[in-house]
Amino acid sequence: MAATAWGQFLALVALLALTAPVLGRYAGAVYGGGGAPGDRLFLPAERLVYRICGVDPGREQHWTRYAFSLLAFGLVSFLALYALLRLQGVLPLNPLGLPGLDPHAAFNASVSFTTNTNWQAYAGEAAMSHLSQMSGLTVQNFVSAAAGMAVMAAFVRGIARRGAETVGNFWVDLTRGVVRILLPLSFLLALFLVGQGVVQNLNGHTVATTVEGAAQAIPGGPAASQVAVKQLGTNGGGFFDANSAHPFENPTALSNLVQTWAILIVPFSLALAYGHLCGDRRQGRAVFATMFAVWALVSVAVMLLESAANPLLAGTGADQAAGHLEGKETRLGAAASGLWAASTTGTSNGSVNAMHDSLSPLGGGLSMLHMMFGEVSPGGAGVGLNGMLVMVLLTVFLAGLMTGRTPEYLGKKITAAEIKPVVLYLLAVPVVLLGFAAASAVNGAALASLNNTGPHGLSEILYAYASTANNNGSAFAGLDASTPWFTVTTGVAMLAGRFLLLIPVLAIAGSLARKRPVPAGVSTLPTHTPLFGGLVVAVVVVVAGLTFLPALTLGPLAEYFAL
Amino acid sequence: MNDTPKPATATVTAATAAGPDRARPGALGAPLLRRALADSVRKLDPRVQFRNPVMFVVLLGSALATVLSAAALFGGETDRAAFGGLLTLFLWATLLFANFAEALAEGRGKARAAALRATRSATEALVRTPDGTLVSVPGTELRVGDECVVSAGGVVPGDGDVVEGIATVDESAITGESAPVVRESGGDRSAVTGGTTVLSDRIVVRITTPPGETFLDRMIALVEGAERQRTPNEVALTILLCGLTAVFLVAVVTLQPLAAYSGARQDPVVLIALLICLIPTTIGALLSAIGIAGMERLVRRNVMATSGRAVEAAGDVTTLLLDKTGTITFGNRRAAEFLSLPGVPDAELAEAARRSSLADGTPEGRSIVDLAAAGRPSGDASGESGVPVPFTARTRMSGLDDGGRRVRKGAVDAVARWTRENGGEVPDRLRALAQDVSDRGGTPLAVAEVPAQGAPARLLGVVHLKDTVKPGMRERFEQLRTLGIRTVMVTGDNPGTAAVIAREAGVDDFLAEAAPEDKLALIRREQEGGALVAMTGDGTNDAPALARADVGVAMNTGTQAAREAGNMVDLDSDPTKLIEIVHIGKQLLVTRGALTTFSLANDVAKYFAILPAMFAASLPGLERMNVMGLASAESAILSAVVFNALVIVALVPLALRGVAFRPLSAAALLRRNLLVYGLGGLVAPFVGIKLIDLLISALGVI
Repeated sequence: MAATAWGQFLALVALLALTAPVLGRYAGAVYGGGGAPGDRLFLPAERLVYRICGVDPGREQHWTRYAFSLLAFGLVSFLALYALLRLQGVLPLNPLGLPGLDPHAAFNASVSFTTNTNWQAYAGEAAMSHLSQMSGLTVQNFVSAAAGMAVMAAFVRGIARRGAETVGNFWVDLTRGVVRILLPLSFLLALFLVGQGVVQNLNGHTVATTVEGAAQAIPGGPAASQVAVKQLGTNGGGFFDANSAHPFENPTALSNLVQTWAILIVPFSLALAYGHLCGDRRQGRAVFATMFAVWALVSVAVMLLESAANPLLAGTGADQAAGHLEGKETRLGAAASGLWAASTTGTSNGSVNAMHDSLSPLGGGLSMLHMMFGEVSPGGAGVGLNGMLVMVLLTVFLAGLMTGRTPEYLGKKITAAEIKPVVLYLLAVPVVLLGFAAASAVNGAALASLNNTGPHGLSEILYAYASTANNNGSAFAGLDASTPWFTVTTGVAMLAGRFLLLIPVLAIAGSLARKRPVPAGVSTLPTHTPLFGGLVVAVVVVVAGLTFLPALTLGPLAEYFAL
Repeated sequence: MNDTPKPATATVTAATAAGPDRARPGALGAPLLRRALADSVRKLDPRVQFRNPVMFVVLLGSALATVLSAAALFGGETDRAAFGGLLTLFLWATLLFANFAEALAEGRGKARAAALRATRSATEALVRTPDGTLVSVPGTELRVGDECVVSAGGVVPGDGDVVEGIATVDESAITGESAPVVRESGGDRSAVTGGTTVLSDRIVVRITTPPGETFLDRMIALVEGAERQRTPNEVALTILLCGLTAVFLVAVVTLQPLAAYSGARQDPVVLIALLICLIPTTIGALLSAIGIAGMERLVRRNVMATSGRAVEAAGDVTTLLLDKTGTITFGNRRAAEFLSLPGVPDAELAEAARRSSLADGTPEGRSIVDLAAAGRPSGDASGESGVPVPFTARTRMSGLDDGGRRVRKGAVDAVARWTRENGGEVPDRLRALAQDVSDRGGTPLAVAEVPAQGAPARLLGVVHLKDTVKPGMRERFEQLRTLGIRTVMVTGDNPGTAAVIAREAGVDDFLAEAAPEDKLALIRREQEGGALVAMTGDGTNDAPALARADVGVAMNTGTQAAREAGNMVDLDSDPTKLIEIVHIGKQLLVTRGALTTFSLANDVAKYFAILPAMFAASLPGLERMNVMGLASAESAILSAVVFNALVIVALVPLALRGVAFRPLSAAALLRRNLLVYGLGGLVAPFVGIKLIDLLISALGVI
């Protein structure tokens, strides 16, 4: 791998190291309940929102009430977006006169954006009006991310509180996440991206005549504003079909670096915010380090795999110094694409700057596995921390016994009341992922969507459900996902991967909030040490590995070993 | 399960089965093994297996594999039937081995229960009616509140408190201790247990427990495991194991369609074998055995826990309340040094103290003689004659009159008064010496003498009586501190004395001038701070505190109220045993965690054995995943299944004995156990499966 590639990686790490602690402390204050920086600016705006919505910000909710609010908000969001997409043909801001989406596509897209997945069974510039993009998809990019972050805040409160019945107020957490974190960050990032050349207008196609004399229709639209939040909110849904491989979304090396940073920064910062919120910053740093270790390992591995020569081309005389280039932007190069692939699959972001279908077998397999880890490295905004903390609880439960005590985390006993939701959390994704993949593998209608046969075809199926069940949204492509079979099954997978994980997390929060912690002593299993962190990584890898290895063997591994 | 003792176990006599040092873990008698084998088959009953979801899945899988193999046989596919049959055989073996582990763990308890039952003979009770007449009533028809008269040679008909009289009682049937104990009305030694024998005298016992619920009945039920309920942590672990089983079920069930897509459809028997290798059978098989063995370890130390929950809680204890007297110190004060007044040679004081105590039979008096003898040239036996003056509560002195020469020792003010009465003077220095001893937590005794008839009395000095801390206590508290357990000493002494003893014993804190209600308040306070508290107690006064403590160990010698309030009873009535109980609790939890980790870590190797075996035929590249170089697909799958079954048997001794537990910090324990059971669990099956594969190929089984 070239020195410039290592340079990109190190620059990204440095950028994260500089910004994550600052944003982490800030996010801790946003969800902490006390005063926070910018109160003078933000409080009036929030109060206005509460007044309009009839929310009493002082009233906290029991976890069931919190979950009910989350579900109600999800349902209303879904219905509103569905209506908008169906009716966009008769609504304004539609310079290309695009028709409304058909029911399947509208269902799939609405589920996709309200679950923070942003799986796209459509091509943005060819299907969505500017109104749909701006007031539908972009709005969901903000609120679906903020809803995930809200559940995280409730989870962390559950861990930190003692003898409490409530875990916070969903509406307050939702509002503060949007107003104080996502909007300001997105605004700044959008300005930066416009500066780099990302388009931001309300135009339709600009028709130009090329040097060859052909007519070219060049699309326009409010891309920068959506691209900013697509990265920061770990959404990933591109304005254009080619996503961040498109020069209008990601024009320069610098915009590529900053967007990779934007994919990672919010979930990484929230890990540190956790330390501030639970009153023990070492815990936050430990979770951060665990996430970072997995991300860094997978990133370097995929970068190396993509920068390596393709063995099938060996001996053909092809110059392979630039690595695997099929499906990649030569502007960006193989290593930057590998780094992005690892980052986007580790965050449940799902935006791409290369076609994952063309990744090397192991590079693609690793990207898939990175999602199958449960999106914890560092995972989606808020939901990534949820996932990692569930893995921490699982590790505590397994390892805690080996210290001669019944397991406890931060002084709270982990009992059947927590293990039940942990088990539901662990079961949900494998059931829908493997279930739908298996059903697709023997379903003629599904197989007709495939671009490839053999192990690579199976990888396309597995990737589609790994992406949707983990609310990632990136596509292997090579698979026509717009058929009724795939729009419905991926839609169900996205719903399961969202709510069947968030509800158990809230149940754990509710149970932990009630407990009173045992004071820590030398017999307390320390959960901030490298040993424990390493163990969490091992649990993440082993749990995912044991669950998905048989399927991966028949897909990417079979393909790799056949080379 | 099975309540009738088998002839095989009836040969274990009551005395040997109930002895304090009965069956050692390794010493598994042949009858025990035979009975466990029979029980393993009996436990194949689906209703029994249903209680253990992981093994229930194995049962279903084995049954299905049997049907499939039989179908293959009758369908004429002899090769498939032979291989399937072999796999099926070892699937059943997995189940039988699991049953065997549990049956073996229960076996010792059942043998002891049978022995206890043999001692429970039908007794006739002499009940005293309100008008004073005695009526003979069968022991099984006694009611709470009945007052029974028991004379020498009689068997106590039920649990109760002595309300009249004092007697020596042989409790060996329950405790295994052959030395008789004294039971008397009033005070803290009033509880008698049904089934024990009165050796001398006559007592009246008020029955406190209805027949059928007596201590002996509860003990039988406990050691037999009939009342065994899952502990909270066991429940949580079982849920997790069910969840993992479900995950693997999904992974294996969905594998067939994926395999079909890849043109590598599998024999269902092979898929069942894969499933059973992956689900956590090792810990699933041993989980209940670990719990039963943990209880059994307590029983072996003569501690009866009324619930497994208490054993688990013992591992979590963070605060230990220990009574000073009898637990931390010997309970009787011993002479530690002689402090002579100016002008008195040390030897003279020692000699006078010795002479004054010659007739003093109390432990304190003997300790003075011992201390004086230690500092004296041997062979000097002078001054053994004289008339002893015994201690009385009025004089508070004892001594010796030898002609005109008289010596006295006793409470400082009493001896001072005696000195003045006999014309002597009391130097100020005496007060200073006495104060010094008190300050150091000791009790001062003054020694004075009248050297000859008519001579004035003379004060010689002070004997320092010390509450002696038992040897080794400091080290044990140090160990407890390593485990994160705070020790609090409870004593009726004044704070000054208490502080000195506390410092000397190395406890973390003390509660001085403690009344029973202070104990209760202390427990409340500790618990509100999140601590889990363990304590021992014997008196009726202790009952509320025993009930409130997370682990309350009642002394068997104590009152019935105390025994009912605690969640454990120590038959040896040894308060320091609390420390051992904590160890056993921790060991139980470590064993459970270690085997869970081992079980899960095993799966990695099984994948590397089975996956290439399943798919290499259709996707030849996957042969490169066969890192162990197993001989053939069939032998690879069979080796994994055989390993999975044998590892249960291999781990039975560990499950019964418990993982070696060392008092280390949590971080050190985790590192150590992870290395042994995590890494070991990862590596062991690679080696084991390879060896089994070599053996299978060498034998030409497949």
